Amino acid sequence: MIALLRRDLVLAIRAGGGFGLGLAFFLILCILVPFGVGPNPDLLARIAPGILWVGALLACLLSLDRIFQLDFEDGTLDLLATSPLPLEGVATIKSLAHWLTTGLPLTLGAAPLGQLMNIPQDAVFWLVCGLALGTPALSVIGTFGAALTVGLKRGGLLISLLVLPLYMPTLLFGADAARRGAEGLDATTPLLLMAGISAGCVALLPFATSAALRMNLR
Amino acid sequence: MDVKIENVSCSRGDRTVLSNVSFHVKSGRALILRGANGAGKTTLLRCLAGLTPPITGALSFSPDDVAYSAHADGLKSQMSVAETLEFWGKVYGAADIMPAVGAFDLKSLLDRKTQFLSAGQKRRLSLARMVLTRRAIWVMDEPTVSLDAHAVSQFARAVETHLSAGGTAIIATHIELGLHNAAVLDIGTFQAEETVETDPFLDEAFL
Repeated sequence: MIALLRRDLVLAIRAGGGFGLGLAFFLILCILVPFGVGPNPDLLARIAPGILWVGALLACLLSLDRIFQLDFEDGTLDLLATSPLPLEGVATIKSLAHWLTTGLPLTLGAAPLGQLMNIPQDAVFWLVCGLALGTPALSVIGTFGAALTVGLKRGGLLISLLVLPLYMPTLLFGADAARRGAEGLDATTPLLLMAGISAGCVALLPFATSAALRMNLR
Repeated sequence: MDVKIENVSCSRGDRTVLSNVSFHVKSGRALILRGANGAGKTTLLRCLAGLTPPITGALSFSPDDVAYSAHADGLKSQMSVAETLEFWGKVYGAADIMPAVGAFDLKSLLDRKTQFLSAGQKRRLSLARMVLTRRAIWVMDEPTVSLDAHAVSQFARAVETHLSAGGTAIIATHIELGLHNAAVLDIGTFQAEETVETDPFLDEAFL
């Protein structure tokens, strides 16, 4: 399992991998939105937490179809499915690798990039907390969507349609926590609910993912 | 390990391709599958490897005893030969990759990225993975594609070594490998009649 994780990380970092794709998208968004909104720091500060959450979600979506598609196309997925690794374990490791290459950099990058959006200082802590607790759910749900569409050529659009509704609760609670933080309210309730969603997804979805993979490999 | 299958029917997509396939391969022997293109060789092999469960019939072994080698090489272009073998070695719990390197003469290529390998070299690397699996039953789909005559004999030697250690091999191929303990089976004789699917859940309306 560790070997698979290391292999996925190495592949993501080397040329042609997906590492940095999400972060670059996030960076571009944070640079462009202030230009789009215009010279209005108050408005920008008010929408910043929401924009950052939507950006994180879309950045995550961007790299989903790579999770299984490349392994499927070159035949590696067949070999992994017949290897001693349980397919549930493969699914978990794939989610973890996806989180380490997109969710974690986004979480770490949100605080400095938020400054570009004039984010209220009180909100930064809650935004980063929210991203740390919420992005694992995004990766795990996304891996499930990727497994459902693995046999399809250019399944990217379908993944988005399947996965976006499932991302809604995470987005709502995450943005709410950041908003409450910005207004100086207590934000623990939405964070706890989001942590619950993440924990539930991490515990249950790998089984659904492996079932979807088995169906698609037939 | 003995491989015995009885009355196995396999499907590809929603079409039944083969029906009532039965054979018995004793430990230490190989079975060569022959058949025209589209006869169902790959379908049968995927079924034996546990990727597609058989519709009917019984397999005498668990998919955990099978090492599967597919049409596709399953290589990552950004990884070197040594990294590839070490990865699969770890997956299968084989610490030493040198037996696989030796069997397919990959020593001089160890540091090379797989994207810079020729098609035949990639094939050799992909086959070397089989040695690392240390599983009793080798199920191989057209293993000799793009191999030259020398590499084919190397491959045949690797299979012989596997067989002499009590293993079994089921190989779909069109060329003569020169194996000593090999039987040949033409799977064209097991072609399924066109059957109408009666399972309502497989109806197109539900897909």
